[in-house]
Amino acid sequence: MANLQLPDARGYFGRFGGVFVPEVLVEALAQLERATSEAFADPAFWAEMEILLRDYVGRPSPIYHAERLVDGPHAPIVFKREDTNHTGAHKINNTVGQALLARRMGKRRLIAETGAGQHGVATATIGAKLGMQVDVYMGEVDVERQALNVYLMKLLGASVHPVGSGTRTLKDATNEAFREWAARVEDTFYVIGSVVGAHPYPYLVREFQKVIGVEARAQVLERYGRLPSDVVACVGGGSNAMGIFRGFVDDSDVRLWGVEAAGHGLQAADTAASLNAGSVGVLHGSRSYVLQDDEGQVLDTHSVSAGLDYPGVGPEHAYLKDSGRAQYVAIDDAEALAAFHHTARREGIVPALESAHAIAFAQRLATERGPGGLVLVNLSGRGDKDVRTVAALDGENQP
Amino acid sequence: MIASGEFDTVFARARTERRAALIAYVVAGDPDRATTLAVIDALTAAGVDLIELGIPYGDPLADGPTIAAAAQRALGGGTKMADAIAIAAEARERGAAPILYFTYLNPIDRYGVERFAREAAASGAVGAIVPDVPLEELAAFGPPLRAAGLAIPLLIAPTTPPERAARIAEASSGFVYLVSRLGVTGARREPDVGWAAASVARLRPATALPLAVGFGISTPAHAAAVGAVADAVIVGSALIDAYAGSRGAEAARRAGAYARSLRDALPVRG
Repeated sequence: MANLQLPDARGYFGRFGGVFVPEVLVEALAQLERATSEAFADPAFWAEMEILLRDYVGRPSPIYHAERLVDGPHAPIVFKREDTNHTGAHKINNTVGQALLARRMGKRRLIAETGAGQHGVATATIGAKLGMQVDVYMGEVDVERQALNVYLMKLLGASVHPVGSGTRTLKDATNEAFREWAARVEDTFYVIGSVVGAHPYPYLVREFQKVIGVEARAQVLERYGRLPSDVVACVGGGSNAMGIFRGFVDDSDVRLWGVEAAGHGLQAADTAASLNAGSVGVLHGSRSYVLQDDEGQVLDTHSVSAGLDYPGVGPEHAYLKDSGRAQYVAIDDAEALAAFHHTARREGIVPALESAHAIAFAQRLATERGPGGLVLVNLSGRGDKDVRTVAALDGENQP
Repeated sequence: MIASGEFDTVFARARTERRAALIAYVVAGDPDRATTLAVIDALTAAGVDLIELGIPYGDPLADGPTIAAAAQRALGGGTKMADAIAIAAEARERGAAPILYFTYLNPIDRYGVERFAREAAASGAVGAIVPDVPLEELAAFGPPLRAAGLAIPLLIAPTTPPERAARIAEASSGFVYLVSRLGVTGARREPDVGWAAASVARLRPATALPLAVGFGISTPAHAAAVGAVADAVIVGSALIDAYAGSRGAEAARRAGAYARSLRDALPVRG
C-alpha cells in the first residue's frame, strides 16, 4: 500500500525524488520549501487561491457523462472537465498557486518551460493578472507545432524564448529554464509545469492540482452515489494525473490508471512512455523513471502530443507504480488520434491530444468493466491548440 | 605517476612556485579521441597543473552553451564512458598532468557507481566532480568513490549561505570549488572577483583544502585577478572556444597557446 504522507523531509517518495541540482539552486529550493510550508499553513493564502480558482479559473469544473463514446454494454464514462478552465487546461490551477507563492516571496519575474504551450499560456496569463514579467522557454520544434499558443503567450505580454539545443522539445526547454533560474535566482521564480523537478516542486504542484481529484470525488459521489471503479488520466510529467489521483489514492477499491504516450510504439526509441519503457535515472533534479540508453544518456522521445513528449515522469508516479497503487499503460499516436476524432464526433468535445490518450484507454476499459463499472477520465485540456497538427496529419488544409 | 588519493601533490608545484594552480577543463572526445589526447599533452606542456576531463552528458544542467555543445560533439562522435576513462588512462601513461573527472550523476549511476569508482581509480585519475549532486545527496555516489581513493571536490555558489559553505568545505576533498558568479559555466559572463576574494577569505579558516575558483574565467586578466586571491584558477568554456573547430595538432597548438597565456598571467605572491 502506498504511503500517503510522502514526500519525506528530504523530498523522497520511497526511493524516488530528491534534490539533484547544481549548488547555486540548493538555497533557492530550500527557500521555496520554507515559503511553501508557511503559505500552506496560512488560511489567507488558501482563501485568496479559492477566490481566484472560482472567479478567474472558473472552478469547480463540471463532470460530464460522455454517453455516446462507447457502443455496446459498457461502464458509464464520466469526464472531469478541466478543458473548461480559463486557458483551456488544468495547468492554470498550478500556475495561479505558484504565482501567489512567488509574490509572497517577493519575486517579480516568472520563468516557465512549456511543451504544448498550455503551461506557458497559463503562466503568461497569471503573470499578466498579477503584473509580473514572464519569460517562457519552449523547444523550437514545439514553437513550430504550437504556433497558436506562442502567439497567445505574446499577446499576454510574455516573452517566448525558442530553445534550439538537444531534441528542441520539452526536455531541452526545461534544461534552459533551469539554467536561466541559476543565472537569475535572486529575482526570478521558476514556475515548473508538472510534478517533476527537484523537491519541493513535485509536492507543491501536486498540492495545487489535487483540487481536481477533491472536486471530482465529491461530484461523482453526489451524482452516482458511489465512487468510480476506475480513474484514468494521461501522464507526461504527470500533473493532471497526480491531481485527480490524489482525490482517490486513499480509496483502495478505486483503480488508478496513468496513460502514457507510446508514440510510434513502446519498442521504438520513438516513445515517450517513461514508466512503461524507461529505467530508473536522474533527470531535471529528481530520481524517477527516465527514457535513457545504456550510457545514461537521455533518449529522444516522440509523441504526437507535445505535452506528453517528455523522457521523464514525476517521482511520485514512479513510487505509485512500484508500490502497485497505480497502473501505467500506454496508448500510441494512432489510437490517440482516433479518440480525438471520435470524441469530437460523438460528444461535440475536441479534447487535447494529451487527454485523447486517456480517453482512448477509457473506451477500452469501459467495455471491459461492463455496466457495473464507472470510469472517470480527466479531460485535462481542450484540443483547439492541436487542430492545426491534426489537420496536417489528415491532409486537410490548415486553418 | 600520482597515485589516486594523493591529491595534495597536485598543488605542490604551484605552492613551491608561490602561485595559484591552473586547472583546465576539456571534454573527452571533443571532437575526437586523438584531439583530446593531443590537447591534454599541450595543456600539460603549457604548465596546467590539473586537467578536468569532462565525461560528456547530453543534459548538462550546470553548463552553458559552449560545454553543452562540446558534449554534443563528443557524443556525436560516439564517445562513451569507457572511452573517456581510456583517454584518461592513456593520457596519464603519456605523462599528462593529473586528471579529475567531471560529469553528471546519471551517466555514473547507469554505468554503476562501484564500477565507475574502480575503473576511474585504475585509470590514475585523482577524483571526480559531479555538479548535480549537492551535499545532501552525496550518499548516492560518495562512499564508493572515496573507498577507491578518489577525491570529490564540492561546489560552493554565491547563493550558498555561510554556514552551509562551511559544511560543504568540511565534506569536500581534493579542493573546494568556488563558483565565481550566478548561472552556469561559460565565458559570456564575467567572474565576480570581489565575491571570490571575500569567499576565499571567509572559508580559509574553515578548511585546510585548496580553494579553487571557476566559472566565467576567460582572459589572462581574470586569471591574474583570481590567481591573486585563490589557490587555483579553473578555466573551461573559454579554453574549449579556443580550439573549437580544429582538430589534432592545430587544436593542441591553440589550446596550449591559450593555456600558456593564462599560466603566464598568474601572479607570483610575495
